[in-house]
Amino acid sequence: MLNFVYENLYKTLEFFLPDSFLIKEIIFVFSGLIIAFIIINAVLVGVLLLIWGERRLLGRFQQRSGPNRWGPRGLLVSTADAIKVMFKEDIVPEEADKYIFNLAPLLLLIPVFIIFSVIPFAVGLYAVNINVSLLFILAVTSISGLSIICAAWASANRIAIFSALRSVAMLISYEIPVGLSLVGILLITESMSVLDIVSYQKIPFIIIQPVAAFVFFLGSLAEINRTPFDLTEAESELAAGYQNDYSGMKWGLFYLGEFAAAIATASVFTTLFLGGPNGPVLPSIVWFTVKVVLVLFMIIWIRATWPRFRIDQVLNLAWKGLFELTLINIVVTSIVVIIWPEGSDNRLIYITIANWIFVVPFIFIVAKVLKTSDYKVTNFNNQNYPVGSAKPKFEKEGS
Amino acid sequence: MAIRSEPITINLGPQHPSTHGVFRMRVTFDGETIIDVEPIFGYLHRGSEKLAEERTYTQVVTLTDRMDYVSSMLNNQGYILAVEKLCDINPKPRGVWLRMIASELQRIASHLVAIGFLIQDLGAWGTPLTYAMREREKILQMFEMLCGARITNSYLRPGGVFMDAPSVFWDVLDSFIASFPKSIDELEKLITSNEIIFSRTKGVAVLSSKDAIDASITGPILRSTGVDWDLRKRDSYDYYDDVEFDIPIHEAGDNYARYLLRVQEIRESLKIVEQCKKNIQPGLVRPHHDEVPDLLKPPSGDCYVAIEGSKGELGFYLVSDGSIAPYRWHVRSSSLINLTLLKDMLVGTLFGDLFVTFGSIDINMGEVDR
Repeated sequence: MLNFVYENLYKTLEFFLPDSFLIKEIIFVFSGLIIAFIIINAVLVGVLLLIWGERRLLGRFQQRSGPNRWGPRGLLVSTADAIKVMFKEDIVPEEADKYIFNLAPLLLLIPVFIIFSVIPFAVGLYAVNINVSLLFILAVTSISGLSIICAAWASANRIAIFSALRSVAMLISYEIPVGLSLVGILLITESMSVLDIVSYQKIPFIIIQPVAAFVFFLGSLAEINRTPFDLTEAESELAAGYQNDYSGMKWGLFYLGEFAAAIATASVFTTLFLGGPNGPVLPSIVWFTVKVVLVLFMIIWIRATWPRFRIDQVLNLAWKGLFELTLINIVVTSIVVIIWPEGSDNRLIYITIANWIFVVPFIFIVAKVLKTSDYKVTNFNNQNYPVGSAKPKFEKEGS
Repeated sequence: MAIRSEPITINLGPQHPSTHGVFRMRVTFDGETIIDVEPIFGYLHRGSEKLAEERTYTQVVTLTDRMDYVSSMLNNQGYILAVEKLCDINPKPRGVWLRMIASELQRIASHLVAIGFLIQDLGAWGTPLTYAMREREKILQMFEMLCGARITNSYLRPGGVFMDAPSVFWDVLDSFIASFPKSIDELEKLITSNEIIFSRTKGVAVLSSKDAIDASITGPILRSTGVDWDLRKRDSYDYYDDVEFDIPIHEAGDNYARYLLRVQEIRESLKIVEQCKKNIQPGLVRPHHDEVPDLLKPPSGDCYVAIEGSKGELGFYLVSDGSIAPYRWHVRSSSLINLTLLKDMLVGTLFGDLFVTFGSIDINMGEVDR
């Protein structure tokens, strides 16, 4: 897209502009700015819609109506919120490190927008093509942890520091399974470019690499601090966590960053595992949007249903569960890739079958190992309520 | 953990999203592990016991509503029983059945609030809470039919209740009894066998029966440690002898047992309501004014009556000097006494368990500080 815009812009303006020093470079930068403007605004509109959709859906999940006052079906509620936030008083705590305190929200927001630069929104519609874009995505997503610890440390608040330390512990733990879960894809496609991966997915990678998709999804939930891994801003424990001392638009930027991160995660998941913009009949940009919305729906659904893990359980899950799963996935995938190298017949089908047979059962084994053991059943006089009974099972309605 | 870090002290509350009111704790952490808890009460002290000394015996009923504002009917019941004992009043049967229905419905509502907020403290984003609140709403609407108020009921009077239930109440109660088991099943399906909830509450903040008895802890917390102690059976009041119900007991004494026990108690309470509805006969709901005047003047003396409240033994101690107002009124509030072992339960657990344990004790700040 960058080259396309640049060439067209240059062709149009060539006639009017003097052929002076650096003119090409200025036009190149200018066309980059145009693209950045378009993408950022698209994401911002997406965030507004996502906030509305999330509140509305949570309302439905909880048997209430959700926002329904501003605009049709409450569609303008997030716009109203955004305007309100802009006019709120901006308070900086007395003891805060003001420079870092002001910098932290930007540090969270900018990397999220940068991720969108490598994502193909439709066939042939992407900002830049980097040949290591997968690595680029992984690297850029890690910056958010730095932002959170900056915010917490600068605001000199103990609860915020608790939140930031949890965030960093989680980020370090989940970087590894998330990174390793993508190795299977690299082995199969033999490319680190997101575009190659997308064009490779005649069958989406969620079918070829189910365990990798599973681990990547859980890991990204942890990285964007969503339920059940929302320990960073565990409301019932830490109030607002690292955002405790932020107000006005700086808080708004954090809020925006989190929701933009949710969209970014959904986009990356769509690109890597759901075939990106590939799909029959409908235009590719529609397919991409539909898939992203589906992933976001999953995230909201999880948020409406599950409670939160404790910090030790979160780390246990990363190191004792997901990490092993990714290793098993890598081993099986590399063996399979050696047996059926690039170019052999029905390669993807064989790889898929091998993955389902040899890797997927490990999800259940790991689940069995990590599961909390039931109470020991002891005898007791009261037959209706045996003491220390096992968890009641609910097979049937009204059982 | 082998690694030790410098202890950090955090002041949680009185303004905090999940301290169930205005409770304050000064908690010292070592990393995420709690090593010291210092509870600080008194932010909601309104001097109810002193206020009662300047009110007539009937007027004090309104003060009991405002103590534990999620189980007003039970507070009414305890206080009214104390007044009846002091004045030697014989209550009318229909009034007693009606107040048993009201108080058991209130127990259900109170336990629903306890469960809902416990799960909220676990981090579920509101869904189980709204499920619980939806059912509580039905109960509150029935209270509105009974007495016109939802929270601060003041429904009970010495000798019975303040007025008979309207005929539409019985239809609503019927449909509630029919639909409620399904709703509670639905709630349980969402919570009880959820692996995250089980793993976060099992074996956390374990209380032994000896400690619980030593600290005179009562109610669901005591029963969750394996002690079969329910005043409705042990020291029966009203007509609890005439209805059949079980007392759920658990042995584990952890947060999960406390949660599960409350769910089972809800089902038992519903049984009681059903039987009360069957047994109720037409008649007066309170004695005539000639028998029991509005301005009660009990003989000098004192009495203590305890009932099984939703949170434990709820005792009312009344001293009369023969005048129209109590000379001294003291409440044995279960919330306050159940909180006394908070430090022992919390030390050694993690930050994430703090408010879960706090929620599973199920206190109400209105009752703690009075």
